[in-house]
Amino acid sequence: MASSAVTAGPVAGNPRLREFLRRLRAGDLVAHAITFTFAASILLITVLLVMELWVNSALSRAKFGWSFFTGSTWDPVAGQFGALPFIYGTLITSFLGLLISVPLGLGAAIFLSEMAPPRISDSLTFVIELLAAVPSVIYGLLGVFVLVPIMREVVEPGLVKTLGYLPLFRGPIYGVGVLTSSVVLAIMILPFIVSISREALMAVPREQREAALAVGATRWESTWQAVVPFARLGIIGSVFLALARALGETMAVTMVIGNDPRINASLLAPGYSIAAVIANEFTEATADLHLSALVELGLVLFLLTMVINGFARLLILSTTRKGTAQS
Amino acid sequence: MIWRRLVNTFMFALTAFCTLVTVSVLFFILGYLVYHGWRSLNWDFFTKLPAPVGESGGGLANAIVGTGKLLVITVLLGVPVGFIGGVYLAEFGGAAFCSVVRYTADLLNGVPSIVIGILAYALVVMRARQFSTFAGGFALSLMVIPITLRSTEQFLRAVPQTLREGALALGASKWKAVLTVIIPAAMRGILTGTILGVARVAGETAPLLFTAFSNRYWSPGWFQPTASLPVMVFTYAISPYEDWHRQAWAAGLVLLSMMLVANVAARLILSPKGAQHA
Amino acid sequence: MRSTLTIALLLLALAVSGFGQTLINGAGATFPYPIYSKWFDEFHKLHADVQINYQSIGSGGGIRQLEAGTVDFGASDQPMNDEQLKKQKTAVLHFPTVLGGVVPTYNVPGVTAELSFTQEALAGIFLGTVKRWNDPAIAKPNPGVKLPAEDIVVVHRSDGSGTTFIWTDFLSKVSPEWHSKVGSSTSVQWPVGLGAKGNEGVSGLVKQTPNSVGYVELIYAVNNHMDYGRVRNSSGAFVKADLASVTAAAAGAAASMPDDFRVSITNAPGKAAYPIASFTWLLVPTKIEDATKRKNLVEFLHWMLGPGQKMTEALSYAPLPKSVVSKEMKAISRVQ
Repeated sequence: MASSAVTAGPVAGNPRLREFLRRLRAGDLVAHAITFTFAASILLITVLLVMELWVNSALSRAKFGWSFFTGSTWDPVAGQFGALPFIYGTLITSFLGLLISVPLGLGAAIFLSEMAPPRISDSLTFVIELLAAVPSVIYGLLGVFVLVPIMREVVEPGLVKTLGYLPLFRGPIYGVGVLTSSVVLAIMILPFIVSISREALMAVPREQREAALAVGATRWESTWQAVVPFARLGIIGSVFLALARALGETMAVTMVIGNDPRINASLLAPGYSIAAVIANEFTEATADLHLSALVELGLVLFLLTMVINGFARLLILSTTRKGTAQS
Repeated sequence: MIWRRLVNTFMFALTAFCTLVTVSVLFFILGYLVYHGWRSLNWDFFTKLPAPVGESGGGLANAIVGTGKLLVITVLLGVPVGFIGGVYLAEFGGAAFCSVVRYTADLLNGVPSIVIGILAYALVVMRARQFSTFAGGFALSLMVIPITLRSTEQFLRAVPQTLREGALALGASKWKAVLTVIIPAAMRGILTGTILGVARVAGETAPLLFTAFSNRYWSPGWFQPTASLPVMVFTYAISPYEDWHRQAWAAGLVLLSMMLVANVAARLILSPKGAQHA
Repeated sequence: MRSTLTIALLLLALAVSGFGQTLINGAGATFPYPIYSKWFDEFHKLHADVQINYQSIGSGGGIRQLEAGTVDFGASDQPMNDEQLKKQKTAVLHFPTVLGGVVPTYNVPGVTAELSFTQEALAGIFLGTVKRWNDPAIAKPNPGVKLPAEDIVVVHRSDGSGTTFIWTDFLSKVSPEWHSKVGSSTSVQWPVGLGAKGNEGVSGLVKQTPNSVGYVELIYAVNNHMDYGRVRNSSGAFVKADLASVTAAAAGAAASMPDDFRVSITNAPGKAAYPIASFTWLLVPTKIEDATKRKNLVEFLHWMLGPGQKMTEALSYAPLPKSVVSKEMKAISRVQ
């Protein structure tokens, strides 16, 4: 559909130029350029993010180097900053949260994909996905007023009575602490595990199930031995995704973790996480080094979640039919 | 054989139990919030400014308006960027570049909101030397861009190829086809994705702590600190004042209701069409 | 078309809501937050076009944000040291506003009596050497009170706090062990305890946690009907924090107040003096560019030193000594 206006002269002789002008006139090139710029903004934002984190943490990186990750002293007055307590707190609460939520979530996913009739499965999944829509600060609110008293009055004394010989459950009972924080995180990441694992399980071809049933397996055996292993990559992906989420949680954690930058063997003790300390100290870091150390912590958190997320997405990409799940 | 049957029944009962626990958590959260927040939702809460510290009464009118203003900025700034970018990925883009952008968007999605807050602080607050509604909205926009991008792309791709070919066959240029035929066809889904994305960032607290800061009064214009619902829930919840706790529950209920309404609305918008993505 | 118009109008309305108002932003100490919020509210009633938005983010936050220029004034319970003053863009003046006291507040189920704490007991509790409520260090000055054999849950500040400075300043003065191990500052390395944000957070946590003890400004304990104890002062008397004892603590300092108003009155001499008392300061830059803001801040300072001082007692803060007030009035002229 070349424009009839250009039929003679140097332009007419060059078909590529003619095509270019046609597309330009048709507006496609402009549209292409505009939409390209906006799509590229994602890359720009990410680059900016890394740059700002890198540049603003320069002071702290120069001063401490690798010892930032091994030091456990966080002393704004003396200018000594070590990230170990925060890394420890972040990792232990997230892993404990996973420990609690993965069996629960996987069980629910199995039920929803294998047992429940489709309509019920869909509506229950919708309800569970609503849990992911609850803001973090509301989990914190409920954590402070509902969970902490329960932990303090019932759960933690119970643990001390039964398992108190383990170093994990020694020491005074505060109510707030690493264990409580892990429980809150477990509830927060549950919908991710359920939703994505269920997708992965539903993506398993019917033949797998039918083959197992055909050789005499019970429904459960077919599920556990034929279906779940087939979907394992997606399930593992969901776990990593949930982990990445848990690592970055700020508000709910800072409201129930006790905000004590110390590493303790006991799960009943208070702790501190990277996100929580940034939230608490960012507006008041008077010394440039303090602010720089906080930004370096942000950089660490960023890299950690990027790596885990990246890995998770790759796993999920390889299994679920939708490619990458909307989270 | 009987043992295996027993195991079968037991395991499925167990998984049903897991589902029950998971589902009841949501109902518990909802129920508790309604129970504590409902009684505190009075006319004052929606119309009055906070009272001096320690005195009871007052409301969170400024926080509600503040959250509204933050969302306005998010919708004006973040949604178009994500939307237009999504159009590129679905209609114009080449495979390699698109997968890079897609992957990066998913990664950006997973970045903790507090880190986004640090970026917004460095880019806006530090340069302007001012906490502002705009800085807070900027942070939220950064978070909504990848969400909108992915969902726009998703729903545009779901439009049948026949529609595209038909439009082009009738002589429309590519961008005209996209604008007048494809986008309207996918509008429902795109709207859904946008609503869900905006609802999600509406509840974020961490990035607002050092961008929008907070305000005990109305925030004039867009370049002064502003109160917002999530930040007030946090501030009031960790305080010792009973009256503030009461208001925190109410604010939490308002926030949660916003989320639920958005999610249910999104679901409803999608379902008549019977779209398979939701 | 009509819907777009309505939306545009709505946006415009949102944007201009609050215009015509002068908004002055301040941030800092949580120690005086109740009286400041009352003052700013009352001042707004008198001057409807001025709103002073004060955020209690801790003294450290106040100093930091003043330095960053994101707030028009700051507030702190620890006077800025010379290093911090140097980092500020313009010279900053300290204006004392009220006198307050930091009290040890506790929540021990079954104990309704008012506990008396020696300096050693307090230092020991916060050092972690005194671990249980029925420890002799606590029991001895409180004969007749049945103290449980429970672990003490220590609550301190997680943010940079002037209240922490006042508390640790006192402990450093009375306990050599504290002085060498921990020291005094807005943010220290606590040997034990949970961290909470602001005076609000500490009182909130102590209120909810049985067998806990924390340090908060007097009004927070009073307002929330929390128990707080007596502290032994340098003369050996167990003194409860109240207007009289806090004012007595400032008596000596008032006479010899330096020109920049930076003093510490912890562990003040005198039989009736409360040992953990302090001034708290508004940090005001000497150069304020915005003329309206400057005019209003100056007017507020005048008002604060006049009618404002009459409102302090209702909130358990002691008003400033008269000599300090007159000295401050003169200093206000340095704000330009």
